[in-house]
Amino acid sequence: MSELGWIDAALTSARPQALAALLRYFGDLDTAEEAFQEACLRALRNWPEKGPPRDPAAWLIFVGRNFGVDQIRKTSRQAPLPDEEQLSDLGDQESDIAERLDNAHYRDDVLRLLFICCHPDLPATQQIALALRIVSGLSVKEIARAFLVSEAAMEQRITRAKRAISGASREFEPPDAVERSERLGIVAAMLYLLFNEGYSASGGTTHLRGQLCLEAIRLTRLLLRLFPAEPEIMGLLALMLLQHSRMAARLDGNGELILLEDQDRGLWNRELINEGLVLIEKAVRHARPGVYQIQAAIATAHARAPSPDDTNWAEIDRLYGLLEVIQPSPVVTLNRSVAVSKTKGPAAALAMIEPLAKPLDSYFHFHGVRGAYLLQTGDECAARQSFDRAIALARTPAEAAHIRQHIDRLKNLAKSEKRS
Amino acid sequence: MQYAILCYDNEAEVEAWPRAKLDEVISRHQLATRPVAEQGKLGPVLRLLPTSTAMTVRSGDKPVVLDGPFAETKEQLLGFWIIDAETHEEAVALAQELASHKETGSMEVRPVLMYMDGSNTK
Repeated sequence: MSELGWIDAALTSARPQALAALLRYFGDLDTAEEAFQEACLRALRNWPEKGPPRDPAAWLIFVGRNFGVDQIRKTSRQAPLPDEEQLSDLGDQESDIAERLDNAHYRDDVLRLLFICCHPDLPATQQIALALRIVSGLSVKEIARAFLVSEAAMEQRITRAKRAISGASREFEPPDAVERSERLGIVAAMLYLLFNEGYSASGGTTHLRGQLCLEAIRLTRLLLRLFPAEPEIMGLLALMLLQHSRMAARLDGNGELILLEDQDRGLWNRELINEGLVLIEKAVRHARPGVYQIQAAIATAHARAPSPDDTNWAEIDRLYGLLEVIQPSPVVTLNRSVAVSKTKGPAAALAMIEPLAKPLDSYFHFHGVRGAYLLQTGDECAARQSFDRAIALARTPAEAAHIRQHIDRLKNLAKSEKRS
Repeated sequence: MQYAILCYDNEAEVEAWPRAKLDEVISRHQLATRPVAEQGKLGPVLRLLPTSTAMTVRSGDKPVVLDGPFAETKEQLLGFWIIDAETHEEAVALAQELASHKETGSMEVRPVLMYMDGSNTK
């Protein structure tokens, strides 16, 4: 690891705040990005020798703003750029001023930066790609790799997305309370999509794209730091941490998915689980339940169980019931049926999901889960049909392989019956 | 005399470290405190969960519970070491050694006024 890794970390973590403040100054994303780039270059020149400034974000905002203003001035008349030496000494006094100016806006700046990536005209995948490029500062190459597309395709996608958001009128006045909470909800949804993109992988061979999960966690932590009393943001972070805690246990040596109940719970990351548990407890104190909190509470029920048999399925059933009220969807009911199959048996679970056959007809998990219930009730023929349908719908080799295990078990069953 | 060495740094920056860097700093810190530990002079050593998990209770007749850390600061308390040192110099020297393994943040050295390890409270 390079000795200057701390500078990368400082620039990465200062980026959302600094870029967001520069965006407010210049009202234009391209100018803000250019100014931030320049400030980073100067940081790379100055910081190794002078040591880190006390507040890297304030330093970058100050230097970036000077550069941006000079660029604008230069287009009208030639003015000299600030002296390099002078810049490196600005360490504290001037950046203190920048800091005072910016702290009042800090929250709304960063929220705005995340929010403009969530432009309603952009499909979700483009929103995510844009957030990774603009807010996280990932390179196009890195994003392309995570999405398993070519660099050129990703470049084009991001350019198009940027054009879409630059055409839109943007509000630079601080939002009112209602607007703020709407923005927060939209940004939270985008961050959850980003997490899921890494967690569930909608194609390709790399089932776990950990970097996307980590980036989603980092941005959600940032959001919670800005809005420390928002229970849904606590819930969202808790949900991500609890799901991510199982990363090391989710795949076997062949890259095949291991079901929750078959996972080695010793591989679950206790550090992340503890953080998630505390966050969800904090959120519950607000008595303002929401979808992320409930999903996190469900993840909590799994995280608390030392073994699958210790799982409190009745509690999970109750939580899914709550979720069905707040955000009814066939997938929620399908998930609830798993808890029902544990508490009331596979027949009750099958009855529960029969009405979902139509809306979830092309949903991989529906057929996988249905096949498993049918198998438990002893209807092997119908189970086989469900599993075949699931395989046809599998999006990753790991998903297909998982269903194939069921089918192999069925075949073995049939063979041994013939023999006897 | 006992001393607390309090480790402060920008939490968001430390979060942005690659895992390998975090592991390296932690193992260097363990190495640095080993001599003290071998002399039986290392007290509890703590790393804290991120400030996102923090709650703050304000004193008063009816203490109010707030989300988040006590103050919004540029650097956060990440953890601490308690050591037994002969002199103030010795504690500062260890803090310097610990600080030399990180490029950012600070180590605050504070003599301990009162110490209860739980066993002497029964």
